[in-house]
Amino acid sequence: MTKKIASLVFTLIVMIVLYTFYKGLKIEVNYNTSDLINKKIESFSIKSFNENSLFSEEDLKKNNFSLINFWASWCVPCRLEHENLMKLKELSNLKIIGVNYKDIKKNASEYLVDLGNPYNVLLIDTDGKQSVNFGIYGIPESILINSELMVLKKYIGPLMDKDLLEIKKEINK
Amino acid sequence: MKNLFFTNIILLIFFSSLDANEVKINENEIFKNLRCLVCQGQSVAESNSDFAQTLKLVVRDKINEGNSQKEIYEFLAEKYGAWILYDPIFDGKNSILWLSPYIFLILGGLLLFFFILRRN
Repeated sequence: MTKKIASLVFTLIVMIVLYTFYKGLKIEVNYNTSDLINKKIESFSIKSFNENSLFSEEDLKKNNFSLINFWASWCVPCRLEHENLMKLKELSNLKIIGVNYKDIKKNASEYLVDLGNPYNVLLIDTDGKQSVNFGIYGIPESILINSELMVLKKYIGPLMDKDLLEIKKEINK
Repeated sequence: MKNLFFTNIILLIFFSSLDANEVKINENEIFKNLRCLVCQGQSVAESNSDFAQTLKLVVRDKINEGNSQKEIYEFLAEKYGAWILYDPIFDGKNSILWLSPYIFLILGGLLLFFFILRRN
């Protein structure tokens, strides 16, 4: 009788261990943005690119929708999305906030002269510290937020055509 | 003799848990507990990547602002998810993971206790 119980318990333990391993195989271990979606952006203040002023969450509240885009002139994938950012500029209820990330100011200015400036507001984050407030870990990254400062979408990597459609859909809801 | 042995074990558990809550902040200890999200299996302490450098700056700032180790972890976990911490903060989702060793310890202790009691 005791032997039977012991073997039953042993089988049960083996099954639990195997099940745990099996579940472990399916766990998503790559960084994803799900933790930020539907959360409010906290207070921040980032330096303006051209003027000697600060831009904060209060300024974002004035816009129906804002797309905060982190970019740099040294970032090759940023060039890929630039055309799409120019297309987004035409949308009336969306303001694009560009945060120039760890860049040389002169290079950044030249980049915008060459490719066009899609940004309604241009900010600068020289040491990258501000990017942490937005959960940025590489550029380009873009965050779509509404006037209540709620994060609606976050895009890691260049904005593709399908992302453009998604943004348009989101702001026309 | 037996009592002394159990008292020592209890004291050991007590002091090891005290150590974990130590107030003094060591920035390297924090860096070691942060996963470099853009690296393969490296902590922020080991990595020289752009992301790790930025996080180091932010953690130093937070320490200077008077934030506790726990507050820094909570801030980063909120921004990047609990995945950024090698030693995750206790919450509802991982409570079983945190509590199961203690449950097994108590169960094992009880089992041993009754086993010894029966033998005597």
